[in-house]
Amino acid sequence: MASYLLYFLILFPLSVALIIVLVRKEALFPVIIYPASAVLIAASCLLIGLSAGGKPMLIPAHFSWVEQAMLVIEGAMSAYLLFLAIKQRDWFVSFLVVVQAALLFWFHFNFGHSAHAEANLFIDLFSVVMGLIVGVVGTLIAVFSVGYMRDMHHHVADHAAPVVPDNRPVFFGIIFLFLSAMFGVCFSNNLFWLFFFWEITTVCSFLMIRYKRDTVSVKNAFWALRWNLLGGLAFLLGIIFLFHTQHTIELDKLLALPKALVMLPIALISFAGLTKSAQLPFSSWLVGAMVAPTPVSALLHSSTMVKAGVYIVLRFATSLEGTLLGMLIALVGLVTFLIGSFICISQNDAKKVLAYSTIANLGLIILCAGIGTYEAVWAGILLIVFHAVSKGLLFLCVGSIEHKLGSRQIEDMSGLIVRLPKLAFMLEIGIAGMFLAPFGMLISKWAVLRAIVDSNPLFAIFLIYGSAATLFFWVKWLGKIINVEKVYTNIETGICRGQWLAMGSLAVLTLAICALFAPFAAIFIEPYIIALYGHSMSLGAGNMAVMTIMLSMMAFFPLAFLDRGRGVKVAPPYLAGANVGELGQQFRDSLGGVKAMHMKNFYMEAYFSEARLMRLGVLLTVVFLLVIIAVGGLQ
Amino acid sequence: MNIFTGIAFVFLAPLLGGLVAGFDRKISARLQGRIGPPLFQPFYDVGKLLQKENLVVRKSQRLYMEFFLVLIILTGAIFFSGGDLLLVIFAFTMAGVFFALGGYKASSPYSFIGAQREVLQMMSYEPAVMLAAVGMYMVTGSFQVADIVAYPQPLIFKLPGLFLAFFFILPIKFRKSPFDLATSHHAHQELVKGITTEFSGRTLALIEIAHWYEYIFVLGIGYLFFASNVWLGLVMTLVIFELLLVVDNATARVRWQAMLGSAWVVALIAGGLNIIYLMLLRG
Repeated sequence: MASYLLYFLILFPLSVALIIVLVRKEALFPVIIYPASAVLIAASCLLIGLSAGGKPMLIPAHFSWVEQAMLVIEGAMSAYLLFLAIKQRDWFVSFLVVVQAALLFWFHFNFGHSAHAEANLFIDLFSVVMGLIVGVVGTLIAVFSVGYMRDMHHHVADHAAPVVPDNRPVFFGIIFLFLSAMFGVCFSNNLFWLFFFWEITTVCSFLMIRYKRDTVSVKNAFWALRWNLLGGLAFLLGIIFLFHTQHTIELDKLLALPKALVMLPIALISFAGLTKSAQLPFSSWLVGAMVAPTPVSALLHSSTMVKAGVYIVLRFATSLEGTLLGMLIALVGLVTFLIGSFICISQNDAKKVLAYSTIANLGLIILCAGIGTYEAVWAGILLIVFHAVSKGLLFLCVGSIEHKLGSRQIEDMSGLIVRLPKLAFMLEIGIAGMFLAPFGMLISKWAVLRAIVDSNPLFAIFLIYGSAATLFFWVKWLGKIINVEKVYTNIETGICRGQWLAMGSLAVLTLAICALFAPFAAIFIEPYIIALYGHSMSLGAGNMAVMTIMLSMMAFFPLAFLDRGRGVKVAPPYLAGANVGELGQQFRDSLGGVKAMHMKNFYMEAYFSEARLMRLGVLLTVVFLLVIIAVGGLQ
Repeated sequence: MNIFTGIAFVFLAPLLGGLVAGFDRKISARLQGRIGPPLFQPFYDVGKLLQKENLVVRKSQRLYMEFFLVLIILTGAIFFSGGDLLLVIFAFTMAGVFFALGGYKASSPYSFIGAQREVLQMMSYEPAVMLAAVGMYMVTGSFQVADIVAYPQPLIFKLPGLFLAFFFILPIKFRKSPFDLATSHHAHQELVKGITTEFSGRTLALIEIAHWYEYIFVLGIGYLFFASNVWLGLVMTLVIFELLLVVDNATARVRWQAMLGSAWVVALIAGGLNIIYLMLLRG
């Protein structure tokens, strides 16, 4: 039963992708995608049924043709990438593609007959959680993209942007292929299978980032490809080393081996995880990927691509605990968190804020993985869940807002609560979910803090500074949305039902997992932690009660708005002069001239400049990575 | 410490906080060579504000301030019930966020600048407060305020650096010079009235009451450093407050760069060294 569900989850999105690409009829996109998404979400929810107990369930899944098929597909992908890279004259990418393909085929022709896995697939609670994220959040993003892409192609001329060639069948096809590959990543036990799905996500992300086909998109797509291929190469080397030293290619066996024996493969695969989850010094690919249409950003940066990276590193948490390698990986995550959070302060572009905050939060998860104690892993998995939902919601909201306003600058979002009330409200939920008590991310940050105070208080110092910066940039964004600078009218029309459904569901999910996080942790996370470490953590019943009180108080806040006009008299604002007109936007200054008032947020460019902080972060993390390599070389 | 001390906070803190505010004005006046208002003046002020007309720019702006008050009360109640110190700090941050959002919502340039500066102040003081909590945890082995209070020795002996960092950011929380950027009691260095520019009447009274709660709560954190003995704790809390008033009257408002930079650097160096010291102690 379990095995069929996994086959279905991996193959169903793939077949949807094929159907869309073959049909190519615009009118049929919703007809195919909406029901298919409903089926996919329902099937993912069936995973919950498999979650009983913390023990992993191994699934042999022996099919003689699969390995050959994978090899053929990998060969074809390499040839295609090589063709594109040579056309683009990107020699580094070409080199990586060639080396990787050569290595893969060399291994398969020489050792392929002896490298067999007892179980190719497996499922445990962590994969169930990941599968749920991919299946629910990822699919909702696919639902959203139907309406969004239609808008983008119909209205793109309004925003004086260059016309984007309409290639939606391929776009939707890649999205579903991506979901398929992500399920594969979550459920593979055979590391070659995992690597195969891993490379598919790399190629899909490359194709989606270059969707608009303008120079910048293509350049950034190659930039993303470069680092992900580098990671992929490390991944492949890791598997080959593992096979040569320990004669296994299975994830569960790798984790069961004494950690001293498998440090090198773990280091190499973790390196691949760091590149995929856009940690410093590789973060720039994720920022560059923001040129893609918003559903792509949402998919890559909230629920799928980058989560594959943190997933694999977090898998190794037990092996990383208390080792030098774990410490260095934790440091990379910590620096990424700190630098990412600081850079957000100076960003005005909403998507860039989301990008850097994604990088920062992934850093936090990597930090948890590197520390690897039971508390840290508990916090890390929670972070993955909360971040996927809130960040997915934020990306979708920002995408919709951008289409309505024609801008995604935060400074242009003044009065959003009047202009686009429903979107603004959901954006507020998403932002609150990212940093405010008692919402999800804060619960996890709290758990992270407790986890690192116990293992390394010095790390806690930097975590605290990053977290203070987080507070600043989210509040100023939130303030801009509710601040009403001019007289605005409501322009919230023309957003289709599919988009509302996707955003509404994510908003409800953000609130629901926050309200229900204690049972969620008890069912999905704690048994997994107990299976690994023998004991688990909880935040304490008293604290949970207080959190519940806080959450119910928050529920009253929107209700209070029903009462907003009572007992007050509206007057124009004070403007340090005689107000001109009724609206309170202009005043007469001391020289008699009429001046308009403006309100602009702090960006503190001189202190939190992107370029300088990035340089610093890259420098620090490169040093950490060099230390990893040096130590690995000495051993 | 139990649920009853938490409830006692809810009812007694505004009285005590109002008295602290009155005491503050009296002492400040003496420091400036004036006689100063009666001790109960803050209560008279709030009583009068409650009767005044509530003028607003945006209809919903008062809601944010009402939630600010409710959340401050909740923060103090968790603290004085002996709850989790980190949770207390998060609730406190949440209250501060609502205060700042009220300033944004008011949609006037002066309240907007005040709100910006309020968030900046929160960013400035948060590391020191969080590090203090971490230090207390490292010494007592618990984040629960009840356990921290029950620790037999005064924490100040093991946490001198963290106390220094905490004392350094105290003017921010009491809205005192040199860090009274968001809104100030000193008219000569204020941009209109900072974040509270567009608040009047009942809402302004509620903000004032919220600040009284805040006073008692923040002094409560200061008390934790000396909590092993009740009398020592109370006396030292008074001394801290006195020192704060002297600093307030002896300094002028600094620019935000100086506030953010100095608060972060002091917390990093004094707090960081203190934490390294604790790690060495722990071995």
